[in-house]
Amino acid sequence: MDEGVRGAFQLTDAFFMLFDGYNTGGFHDEMFNEDGTPRPCARLLYERINAAGDDELRRYQQAAELALFRMGITFNVYGDEAGTEKIFPFDIIPRIVAADEWAQIDRGLRQRVHALNLFIDDVYHEQKILKDRVIPTDLVLTAKSFRKACVGLTPPKGKWCHINGTDLVRNGDGTYYVLEDNLRCPSGVSYVLQNREIMKRTFPQIFDRSNVRPVGDYPSYLLRTLQELAPAGNPSPVVALLTPGIHNSAYFEHAFLAKFMGVELVEGRDLVVMNGYVMMRTTKGFERVDVIYRRIDDDFLDPSTFRPDSMLGVPGIMDVYRAGRVALANAPGTGIADDKVIYAYVPKIIKYYLGEEAILPNVPTYVCWEESEKKHVLENLDKFVVKAANESGGYGMLVGPHSTAEQREKFKAAIEADPRNYIAQPTLSLSRVPVIVDDHFEGRHVDLRPYILYGEEIFVLPGGLTRVALKKGSLVVNSSQGGGSKDTWVLSC
Amino acid sequence: MLSRVADSLYWMSRYVERAENVARFIDVNTWLILDLPAGYQEQWSPLISTTGDDALFAQHYGDAAKQNVIHFLTFDTRNPNSILSSITAARENARLARQYITLEMWEQINRFYLAIQNGARLAAGGFAPGQDFFSDVTTASHLFLGTLYATMSHNEGWHFCRLGRLIERADKTSRILDTKYYLLLPSVHTVGTPYDDLMWGAVLRSTSAFEMYRKRFQQISPDRIVEFLVLDREFPRAIHYCIVNAETSLHAISGTPVRTFGNNAEQRLGRLAAELAYIQVREIINRGLHEFLDDIQVRLNHVGEAVTNAFFALQPVPSVTQHQAGRDA
Repeated sequence: MDEGVRGAFQLTDAFFMLFDGYNTGGFHDEMFNEDGTPRPCARLLYERINAAGDDELRRYQQAAELALFRMGITFNVYGDEAGTEKIFPFDIIPRIVAADEWAQIDRGLRQRVHALNLFIDDVYHEQKILKDRVIPTDLVLTAKSFRKACVGLTPPKGKWCHINGTDLVRNGDGTYYVLEDNLRCPSGVSYVLQNREIMKRTFPQIFDRSNVRPVGDYPSYLLRTLQELAPAGNPSPVVALLTPGIHNSAYFEHAFLAKFMGVELVEGRDLVVMNGYVMMRTTKGFERVDVIYRRIDDDFLDPSTFRPDSMLGVPGIMDVYRAGRVALANAPGTGIADDKVIYAYVPKIIKYYLGEEAILPNVPTYVCWEESEKKHVLENLDKFVVKAANESGGYGMLVGPHSTAEQREKFKAAIEADPRNYIAQPTLSLSRVPVIVDDHFEGRHVDLRPYILYGEEIFVLPGGLTRVALKKGSLVVNSSQGGGSKDTWVLSC
Repeated sequence: MLSRVADSLYWMSRYVERAENVARFIDVNTWLILDLPAGYQEQWSPLISTTGDDALFAQHYGDAAKQNVIHFLTFDTRNPNSILSSITAARENARLARQYITLEMWEQINRFYLAIQNGARLAAGGFAPGQDFFSDVTTASHLFLGTLYATMSHNEGWHFCRLGRLIERADKTSRILDTKYYLLLPSVHTVGTPYDDLMWGAVLRSTSAFEMYRKRFQQISPDRIVEFLVLDREFPRAIHYCIVNAETSLHAISGTPVRTFGNNAEQRLGRLAAELAYIQVREIINRGLHEFLDDIQVRLNHVGEAVTNAFFALQPVPSVTQHQAGRDA
């Protein structure tokens, strides 16, 4: 140990109260080694936190919460008529990802998105991967997210999944696994930017010499990715972000991204198909829209092609899209690649198209569609996490070890009734991070959602959304189920 | 800009202005009552008339007692024009236009809303809002206005904000004047007494016009007050000022030169501006102030509707080009 480091340790001894009694509990901890010493990448952070002292930390924590409140980054508490609003819980202790770990994640994500885009394109054209029996044909064609309307379609520049969020988790041995792919409308990137902003406002000194890679340029990359999709020959395309509206839980994010890209935030009622183009209603009449970053699902996009009862979409927009007069991101039909059953085949998909092994492994997954795997799952329901293929937000999920006999019976019946719709994975011991609980730190489980843009090149945002299961012992990190978030620091060295 | 966003900016601005005016009525009336002689009936029902919600009030409250009126105008969510309802609506509109307004504006309206919410919670716990609360509302409105001026480009959206605000303000000034004039003038007992001055002073105060009026006319006189609050071109709460500047914004939005019109809103607002420019206070009094002000309110409503039709309620005309193509072929 060199002088500087030892000096730092002596400094921290006086304030050791803060992490005193912190226990990694046998889990992989993102900040500490098993013996309780900080990991090399977290050492500086550890010292800064200790130097701040617990009073100061609590003050920063409160200041951060107040700032979120004032900025109106809140959600409504349902059923509360007084209009009570709550902030999404935020913990000011950053989660750190070491530079070398990130390098591997970055490579793995590029590989995965590249392969998935080839897969989607193949599925809607030649279906070579099905003909070669790498994936069962029925499995793909019966997927709810498979869109017949998209067969034979080639989206602008041949890209389907422009904006992606891939959920990663870390197991007890510290290996990163891909938990699921989100290729439809992944949300949360605004929190990545906002969390960083809040940290800078409330706890600026913590950044000094920390070598944290910036995330604030995401909107510029996103805008460029969208502009590249514009129908050819248009030097200044009009880009719009299509939101379901003010009552959508991600509305804050929609407004945030539209604002920072400087594009219009539109609702379905602002748009109309006229003379073969998508037009928006403006104070100066109708104006043509070239590129739409749509944050509504395929189902609701065009009532004349998909769900006829949709009030959110734009009738006729798919015809304009087919004619190449408007670009949609992500492309309709992309959802086929984030079906949770297709997920189980992604390593094979990577191998098939790229001839490479997956850099980021999948969580071992049992597909109930396969008779033998279903049998194994049903016999071991108390050990598995069972997921429905097309649910998100932590719904339609059974966490075996934490389940009751009654819940297991219910899932057993559901799996028997519709085996296609279920997968099972072993319960992972997700890695943990310290969070502030009253006057001390406790370990809580986390995941990590990095964001990947696929335009002419692939861009991986060096950061991501770290979601924390704030309930003690809980493995469910979704905000709808009591999750919070943290600033995520990807270090440059 | 998007019609829907323009609509939201216009209403965001109107609702903030509305909340401010309600706070002014309450604030000034509370002060005024402190000076009234013993035995003089406290006047709270005129406040409800200024927002035009007498029927709604009667439906939910029996008696126009002070606490009833204040609650109805401040925190009652059943009243769409209460301060709480107005600021909630303003914030919802700000949220709808979130990508268009500045972060500073959003934070200010959000703080405004949280402060009113807090006041409502305190009131529910038995702590009636005090004088400070209402002057804080006015200040919060001014802060919002200042943020709007200082952080937002003075572009089309900004002009929609100004248009909404000034139409709302002109309406409210006319209502304050109407109600007070109607109530105060016939009270012969007070004519020529110190109370006459006090009450006319209250009219001026509720429009923040007291000091500016004194500089212009010194002595309190009903005619001059009417002249000041209706016809002054420089005082920012005077009806004429509001109309002239609303007209400027309307033309900045459309690009049509002032004194011409390209839509019904410009035509109607232009006529109103011309009338205010060339009328004298004597003519107003002779015609009947109440009738005159009532007419202004009706005409402002028509302007509002015309603005909606011209800018917010655009209807698609999908068949035009097809017809033309058909004829060409």
